[in-house]
Amino acid sequence: MAQPLNYLKETPSQTAGPYVHIGCTPNFAGLEGIYDQDLGSGPMASDKTKGERITIRGFVYDGAGAPLKDALIEIWQADADGIYNSPSETRGAADPNFLGWGRCPGDMATGEFAFETIKPGRVPFRDGRLMAPHVTFWIVARGINLGLQTRMYFSDEETANAEDPVLARIEHRVRVPTLIGQRDGDTVRFDIHLQGDKETIFFDI
Amino acid sequence: MSNAPPETTPFFARDRERHPPAYTPGYKTSVLRSPQRALISLEGTRSEITGPVFGHNILGEFDNDLIVNYAKPGESAIGERIMVYGRVLDERGRGVAGALVEFWQANAGGRYRHKKESYLAPLDPNFGGFGRAIADAEGYYCFRTIKPGPYPWPNGVNDWRPAHIHFSVFGHGFAQRLITQMYFEGDPMIWLCPIVKTIPDRHAIESLIAPLDMNASIPHDLRAYKFDIILRGRRSTLFENRLEGN
Ligand SMILES: [Fe+3]
Repeated sequence: MAQPLNYLKETPSQTAGPYVHIGCTPNFAGLEGIYDQDLGSGPMASDKTKGERITIRGFVYDGAGAPLKDALIEIWQADADGIYNSPSETRGAADPNFLGWGRCPGDMATGEFAFETIKPGRVPFRDGRLMAPHVTFWIVARGINLGLQTRMYFSDEETANAEDPVLARIEHRVRVPTLIGQRDGDTVRFDIHLQGDKETIFFDI
Repeated sequence: MSNAPPETTPFFARDRERHPPAYTPGYKTSVLRSPQRALISLEGTRSEITGPVFGHNILGEFDNDLIVNYAKPGESAIGERIMVYGRVLDERGRGVAGALVEFWQANAGGRYRHKKESYLAPLDPNFGGFGRAIADAEGYYCFRTIKPGPYPWPNGVNDWRPAHIHFSVFGHGFAQRLITQMYFEGDPMIWLCPIVKTIPDRHAIESLIAPLDMNASIPHDLRAYKFDIILRGRRSTLFENRLEGN
């Protein structure tokens, strides 16, 4: 017998269930007055934040094409210069007026989510090549057993997208458009499909 | 917060055998909500190994006390008074200082305070059913609550959820993000539950069952349950601490 490695094992996931809003966005769930505001709600950028204002909007669709009305979406992104507001960021200080993290429940009537944010700058891949501007997504809901991780790129960044090292490794090129948010003025539309012909690419990160 | 320098290395590959697969037909809602194609493997980049910090300034005085945080002054929630405590650790056994832990649950009768909830058990006017805490320098967190009741749900004809508390945990990197549920030692309903059974590994299920801890219980007041939460670990050898391209 060799020595034991003594690693612990990650706690297994369980679905967020239908009432994730009670815990993560209680004001949205009608449980007002306990938290000042729901964490991660509201505009991500203030007047002082550097960068181009955009609103990311979308739906999460199930395999029958119906929008989920009980999903919770979180995003994480770099600032306008491509720096993350995180202690694990080693390339300098991020814009102090931009946390880079947002949380939004899908609308209870329509299912649509929306983040008012800025367009992120480019961030280097592990080998130093620049990745194209992108926003990292995490999606949980009733019926999703383990949170889904994906990325949104931008349709107005064709050149950067063409040299992005993550997009480049996707074998089935026909699926790449599932990761591209469609820019229309200040709005970027990013619909997430859990199943079907348009199934979004999800990552094992 | 810990004085240790922030870590900048990627996370260990996720052991997906420990987690439920996406498609688990015994839990019917998963059928149309499960991706069917293979995930694309990606070693973490800066976009996944970084994450925001939540300061104690977000916390209210009673955010970790569900017995009183929704109650009228001088009143408290109905039910078995308990404390839940534990540590947020990573797979190397290190405390995850500053981890944000959010929790929500049904009341003692098994009823959630939510507009889409229709179970016939009554609401408790003094119980909201949610709270949050931030782990200390060693990763410890705790909160006070009442033991939630089991409840029926529309899946099989007679499916019931065991008593449970939902947890959302935010560690140091976005790739550590985790939602899970805690169960209670000795509950026979655990092994009947289709959501529990989405996890294929019995040992993994047992890691979600909190033991009763009479040593941490407070006489004539409340009993304690311990629930440790393990997040993904990071590579930490000397030669792996630098990302290329700095
Ligand atoms: Fe529940």
